[in-house]
Amino acid sequence: MGTKIQTTYREAVKAALREALQNDPKVFLMGEDVGRYGGPYACSKGLLEEFGPERIRDTPLSESTFVGAGIGAALGGMRPIVEVMTVNFSLLSLDQVVNNAATLRHMSGGQFSVPVVVRLATGAGRQLAAQHSHTLEGWYAHIPGIKVLTPATVDDARRMLGAALLEPDPVFIFEHAMLYPMEGEMDETAGPADITRAVVRRPGRDVSLITYGGSLGKTLQAAEELVADGIEAEVLDLRVLRPLDVDSILATVAKTHRAVIIDESWRTGSFAAEISAQIMERGFDHLDCPVQRICSEEVPIPYPKHLEDAALPQPYKIVDAVRRMI
Amino acid sequence: MKSAQDELEIQVTREHALELLHEMLRIRRLEEKAAEMYSLGKIRGFLHLYIGEEAIAVGAIHALGPEDAIVATYREHGHALARGISMDAIMAEMFGKANGCSRGRGGSMHLFDASLRFYGGYAIVGGGLPIAVGLALADKMQGRDRITACFFGDGAVAEGEFHESMNLAALWDLPVLFLCENNYYAMGTALERHQSQTDIAFKARAYAVGSETVDGMDVLAVEAATRRAVDTIRRTGKPYLIEFKTYRFRAHSMYDAELYRTKEEVEAWKARDPIAGFTVYLRDAGWLSDADLATIETDVAAEVEGAVTFAEAGPWEPVEDLAKDVCTIPAR
Ligand SMILES: Cc1ncc(C[n+]2csc(CCOP(=O)(O)OP(=O)(O)O)c2C)c(N)n1
Ligand SMILES: [Mg+2]
Repeated sequence: MGTKIQTTYREAVKAALREALQNDPKVFLMGEDVGRYGGPYACSKGLLEEFGPERIRDTPLSESTFVGAGIGAALGGMRPIVEVMTVNFSLLSLDQVVNNAATLRHMSGGQFSVPVVVRLATGAGRQLAAQHSHTLEGWYAHIPGIKVLTPATVDDARRMLGAALLEPDPVFIFEHAMLYPMEGEMDETAGPADITRAVVRRPGRDVSLITYGGSLGKTLQAAEELVADGIEAEVLDLRVLRPLDVDSILATVAKTHRAVIIDESWRTGSFAAEISAQIMERGFDHLDCPVQRICSEEVPIPYPKHLEDAALPQPYKIVDAVRRMI
Repeated sequence: MKSAQDELEIQVTREHALELLHEMLRIRRLEEKAAEMYSLGKIRGFLHLYIGEEAIAVGAIHALGPEDAIVATYREHGHALARGISMDAIMAEMFGKANGCSRGRGGSMHLFDASLRFYGGYAIVGGGLPIAVGLALADKMQGRDRITACFFGDGAVAEGEFHESMNLAALWDLPVLFLCENNYYAMGTALERHQSQTDIAFKARAYAVGSETVDGMDVLAVEAATRRAVDTIRRTGKPYLIEFKTYRFRAHSMYDAELYRTKEEVEAWKARDPIAGFTVYLRDAGWLSDADLATIETDVAAEVEGAVTFAEAGPWEPVEDLAKDVCTIPAR
């Protein structure tokens, strides 16, 4: 196998971008401040100098149009990577996604492919208040015709992009903004990630903690805290929200007979609700007790730290839920 | 570009001029203190400083009446202060305290005050423009003689909402005053890299919206132009746009590497500092002595210190109130 190095999630994203640009002349990156500014999260710092302004394109603040242009460029034979600075601003381009990117193949009777990759930062936790703290991966995962990836580790940040670029259909990659400075191990030479499977990040026998993206760290932390209670929690990282690897969910629930889902989106209509429904429909007999959800409170995310913390999933909330369950 | 000296349509008195200076200094010193509080961790999240652009908020808001409404962006400390929200309430809001103007929930980017018709800071670029159009529509439909002033940046001009708002306001004859603060950058993207036509006032005319370009570093020019625009809107009921040329002296938010612009460019604009420039103008006119300036600075410094004390002393909103005011009726 290849060489493993320690690096940050941010550097892993950059390595993935660089590799994609090197491997395929049809790949280009466009988005707000990806070039001269160096990327809003510094994920594309240096790429403009390396690949030039034809392939590293700073866009105006025109989300609907540059996402739409990404769809068009993909139709026209290019391999665009579109960066929408954050999911909050992607609300302006949602029409292009729902009505165009997601429908073209089916609506045209299979004539057209839209091989566009869209990257977006997501999530709360940095005291950015109500308009800059959304978690809307679940909305995207609602849409047939696109794929939704949520890399939660440095290695996935590095290898999921390559996998996304092999897909013939639109792929959305949600990078939780709290993860960019996170350190972790990355395989420098390994190829594209398997984007069909959820992965058990921590094996256990007593309860399944099912999560994705920015909540993985909090969930692993909760699992460690539960050891003191003699509870061994299994942590499943979904990795891909659409198409969902239901088999892996059922496998862990069959093993532990209890499930808690941790999801930063609002509880009502959350992605956690979908997972819970899947377990009810196909894994009911495995369960010893009702499925529980740890989601965000049903409020716009407030600015002050104590209120933001209270609004979001936290390790202590996960630990409490598990203790009540067992 | 017109300057106030060219066509002095407002009769500037010494008292008025000193008030403008005082207001600009209040914004400058409040924000310098805010930056300090940010490095101490008292203020978190994003903090977009307005330093360099103070003449616009001060000049333009002075030309509005108390019945008029204001819609602003996330770079709105100056507008909030010029409108009359107390420095105490603004600082407390930035600290996230319950005695802030938005109960601490909004922070720097979301200052509100219903009693002053300050409809707030909007942090999704371009998001405020349609709101302003709607406020003006409500005024028109209810026969109220009021104007809605909407501040936004050059970056917002690339959003569809800018174009749609121009069109709708003109189509329906709505009393909106569009005030574009063209500081030549949208974050790290220079105007000529995000606009095919860099003359923003010209774009407004494509929608049959009257417009002009004004030196945003000259507070008197800003005020004079805004007064004329307000008059025009009150007379015609139609929207109007002013493009102010200005420059942000600091980073986009608290920290950025500023890879996108040169030191020389920043220094050249700093030489046109609206406050320093106006101070020279006032001294030349014989309206400002060293002692006058010292008095103003002392007053402002005391107000800033008071605001920090007020913010420090403010309570945190109790966690039990987290879900309060999501809707009128609390969620079960
Ligand atoms: C719709 C949307 N896209 C992107 C952003 C991120 N963003 C915040 S401010 C900004 C630049 C805006 O520039 P401008 O309108 O010129 O205002 P300025 O910051 O210069 O005052 C960007 C890209 C956002 N807040 N909203
Ligand atoms: Mg700007």
